[in-house]
Amino acid sequence: MSVADGTRAASFVAAADEVLVEEHVPAWRKFLDELRGSSKGLSGFVMIVLVLLVTAFSPYLMPHDPTEQIIAHRFAPPVFDGGTYEHFLGADNLGRDILSRVILGTQTSIAVGFLVVLIAVVVGSTLGAISGYFGGYVDTAIMRLADFQLSFPFILLAIIFMAIFGPGFWSLVVALAVAIWVNYARLVRGETLKLRELEFVQAAHSIGVRDATIIVRHILPNVMPSMVVMATLDIAWVIIFEAALSFLGLGIQPPTPSWGVMIADGRNYLFESHWMTLGPGLAILITSVAINLFGDFLRDTYDPKQARL
Amino acid sequence: MNDTVQTTAVRPTLEVRHLIKHFAVRQDVFASLLREPLKVHAVDDVSFTVGREETFGLVGESGSGKSTIGKLIARLIEPTGGTMLLDGEDWLALRGAALRRARRNVQMIFQNPYASLDPRWTVESIVAEPLSTHKVVPRGDVHGRVAELLRAVGLEPSHAQRFPHQFSGGQRQRIGLARALALNPRLLIADEPVSALDVSVQAQILNLIQDIQERYHLSLLFISHDLSVVKYVCDRVAVMYLGRVVEVAGTRALFRRPLHPYTQALLAAIPEPTTKRRRIFAAIEGEIPSPIHPPSGCRFHPRCARARALCALETPEFRELAPGHWAACHYAEA
Repeated sequence: MSVADGTRAASFVAAADEVLVEEHVPAWRKFLDELRGSSKGLSGFVMIVLVLLVTAFSPYLMPHDPTEQIIAHRFAPPVFDGGTYEHFLGADNLGRDILSRVILGTQTSIAVGFLVVLIAVVVGSTLGAISGYFGGYVDTAIMRLADFQLSFPFILLAIIFMAIFGPGFWSLVVALAVAIWVNYARLVRGETLKLRELEFVQAAHSIGVRDATIIVRHILPNVMPSMVVMATLDIAWVIIFEAALSFLGLGIQPPTPSWGVMIADGRNYLFESHWMTLGPGLAILITSVAINLFGDFLRDTYDPKQARL
Repeated sequence: MNDTVQTTAVRPTLEVRHLIKHFAVRQDVFASLLREPLKVHAVDDVSFTVGREETFGLVGESGSGKSTIGKLIARLIEPTGGTMLLDGEDWLALRGAALRRARRNVQMIFQNPYASLDPRWTVESIVAEPLSTHKVVPRGDVHGRVAELLRAVGLEPSHAQRFPHQFSGGQRQRIGLARALALNPRLLIADEPVSALDVSVQAQILNLIQDIQERYHLSLLFISHDLSVVKYVCDRVAVMYLGRVVEVAGTRALFRRPLHPYTQALLAAIPEPTTKRRRIFAAIEGEIPSPIHPPSGCRFHPRCARARALCALETPEFRELAPGHWAACHYAEA
């Protein structure tokens, strides 16, 4: 009803032809609009796309076989330190091309990052939703389990896992997932507690919709934005800690190339041939900065209340 | 109604008897060891019936327990005690899958139209949710049935693909009504359905609810704090105070001759547009007392202008003072 016409009485008889409040914008278009307006988000996004492309096409991008040892090229310096384009980032103590190994290492890092976060999201959000929705003893049990888990220092937890399952890709993934599922359990639990009291959830309940269906169709979709933000930032965390654990020998085992393992190898030659650590170090830096930039952007856009002050 | 001879009176749609709901108050371990656990007396021994195709109003201040009663009847929360009969059948006995199936008989529209619709769902999926949950129409007919329901509540079926945020409060309330109607309930609970709306829209929605009630032969439990709204839509009214019903009467009788001092005070508090009639009662003094420690005897006595010694000692009986007009006051005749 327009304000201009001034006939107040008419508003009582008029049917429901009030003006629509706003146009609906599809989620993906809103995302693109926001992304275009944010240099932080855009630069992070572009860098992530590049890293993912490198991961996908690594067999074609590697100038050398990453395991090929050329004795004559041991400790070959990188281009910017007097070397040749044959080994752009130099070669390591066994004469292997560092650039090729860094490129192959993206596969490990990205795989671990995504797998760990995926497992943590699935396990954490399921337990969190159950905890928040049903409350009572289930809630207490799950949350005490979370507290118990949080009381372990992460490195200790990782060592325990490696001791039990033996070091390797999957025990690394499980150890990291165990370390971060609590984030999702707590986030989803908190949101569920809030959403459960909202009238659209009550309405679904009064209609006779099953609890599991309510959680899947009403609760989780409404927690999704916060969860995506947290997951993005966690991928960067996981990549850094994968490297850290591999550096300590608790993670990926040689000869599988991993940035952490490469840094560990280079540690002994840090003063003579710094490039052995420089390459993988830069790779970790670029990837985590990219993901953090993008994650920050997502948080500012979709979950402003989570923003750190 | 129906012409067949009935030996007994028509069964009311809903009979509520001695309904009680206490909420436990969280307190620390030591406190709970030392004294009796605290509880909020949200609903204390409430009885009433909602007749077939009747509009029964439930009024009271916030904190009087009226919304709790709505949730209890919708089985969103479980009562501490009492019974409820829905069309003569024990409504509280149902559990699990049987309860889920039976929920279609009691539907609810909510107070806040901004929270009652899932913001991520289209109108079509919102209105279709009850249909698909109870499989009341074949999958292929859902679309047509949704359009029908939208038309019934005065919305365009072409709006079905829009999202809740694209509608005004009044329109959202219509969507909520369409969802509630989808299952052809016997009892519709309207919990403050218009209190979140602009006054101009309130009248539209009230008219719509009345209209729908007649067309679909619904029994309606109308919960509101707004006496003028209740006067407008209800056939009978129960007035609640601090978890108890203090007066029940036909709307006309209640507004013409309120018997309970609380009801009298409430009616006196309605602002009158004319200055002809001077207000006899001042606004009720004080706040509604804590439902954790409700006053002894008549719960209204600390605020009642006519309270005497007896009121603090004895809980007044609920008495029929005129045909169909009940009140719980020791001195209602005075």
